[in-house]
Amino acid sequence: MIDSIRYYFSFAFVRHAFIVGVLIALCAALLGVILVLKRYSMIGDGLSHAAFGAMAVSAVCGAGNSMLVTLPLTMLAALFILRTRKMQGDAAIAMLSVSALAIGYLLLHLFPVSANVSGDICTTLFGSASILMLSRSDVLLCVALCAVVIALFVCFYHRLFAVTFDPAFARAAGVHTEALETGLALAAAVVIVIAMRLVGALLVSALIVFPTLCATSLFRSFRAVIICAAAISVVCAAAGMFFSLIFGTPSGATVVCVDLLAFLVCFSVGRVRAQ
Amino acid sequence: MFCLSCENLILGYEGRQICAPLSFSVNEGDYVCILGENGSGKTTLMKTLLGLQKPLGGTIEFAAEGIGYLPQQDATAKDFPASVREIVRSGCIPRTGLFYSRESKERAERAMAKLGLAEIAGRGYRTLSGGQQQRVLLARALCAADRVLLLDEPAAALDAQAADGLYDTLRTLHGQGVTILMISHDAHAALREATHILCIDAKEAFFGAREQYMSHLQTEQEERK
Repeated sequence: MIDSIRYYFSFAFVRHAFIVGVLIALCAALLGVILVLKRYSMIGDGLSHAAFGAMAVSAVCGAGNSMLVTLPLTMLAALFILRTRKMQGDAAIAMLSVSALAIGYLLLHLFPVSANVSGDICTTLFGSASILMLSRSDVLLCVALCAVVIALFVCFYHRLFAVTFDPAFARAAGVHTEALETGLALAAAVVIVIAMRLVGALLVSALIVFPTLCATSLFRSFRAVIICAAAISVVCAAAGMFFSLIFGTPSGATVVCVDLLAFLVCFSVGRVRAQ
Repeated sequence: MFCLSCENLILGYEGRQICAPLSFSVNEGDYVCILGENGSGKTTLMKTLLGLQKPLGGTIEFAAEGIGYLPQQDATAKDFPASVREIVRSGCIPRTGLFYSRESKERAERAMAKLGLAEIAGRGYRTLSGGQQQRVLLARALCAADRVLLLDEPAAALDAQAADGLYDTLRTLHGQGVTILMISHDAHAALREATHILCIDAKEAFFGAREQYMSHLQTEQEERK
């Protein structure tokens, strides 16, 4: 076992995959706690679909799977969702999701960038092995973006708590709730675009939702929930990637299944303890 | 001691006036109940006093350094994973940079002690009863400003017994010199607890001591007969 770990980690691309994967899982969990508790989970889901559309646009433009194109487009989608949410709620998100999926698929069909369109789309939607094919600049960009998200999270921790728990009070206490919410949506866009590398567009929501649900069924204080969610997410991502290497399974789906397993365990433990 | 006063305050939004102009002044140690029908402008008055909304006209003057605010409880917060201490400390946000100062933490401990929350400071908010939850939010409001409290329908989500407990707590705070402004639906409790009544209406507003309001009501009734 240890020998095979050592063997796999002798490859740079495996090390890169683990570094980026773990950082992604950490960011997604931190942000996920806020998004889930703020009842913003659907924003994450909508953004992941928007990110697929953005990726298709990027591919058709000849930029390949470049974050320089997908990131700004997804951030725009985040701002759009935040604006329309107050008027249309879920419907606006659903509309954006399906539109982005349809337009993305259509674009890739009209202007195929490779011989295997279905394969490309499958990779984008489910991640398959793209985490193992990161270039050096990809790794640096991912690490930098994750570091920024984590730093901002730590700096605004108390304000994020106040806004999530009770926006009315926070606003009365002079917290710039709207700026914070915009920042949150933009950070979600960043995390989702990066996380698509690990699990693909359709499965990104799992990284956002599962760690929080695990942690809230076990712990009662906000700080404990944050720490537990981060820990569970990191462990699940590492374990999932490792299993996928050993058994040759698609990494995204494996990570998500490990997350699901962790949730079932945490949920049962929480239930038993409550009785 | 003067605490806050409004002069010809015109409330409304998008240029539309929603109630009669308000003129009233609150002194330190007053217990003011704000009464009015649904849609009469109670919430707008509250938002205006908190500075979340601009009045269409008139002036507001404050002597206090801020208002501790207890919003109406909504369903989303009820199952929130947070300890009592975390919530009470979040009242210190206006004075907080990146982290809570030692002074803020002590302030939170004092507020919890004042409201009898010291023993349950580590417990989860969602495991508490409705009355306890309301006390936690009161402690948070005291952290934000301990001289003036603005409460928005604090008893609305409580059963009768818990509501009585809350009124007891408010009476104690009032006895310690805290100025209380309370929006309420419950005219009965308002008349029992308050020293002053502010009644908002589309046509005419009333402000005065409780006894004045009682006789005001009586004359109104006689006029109707």
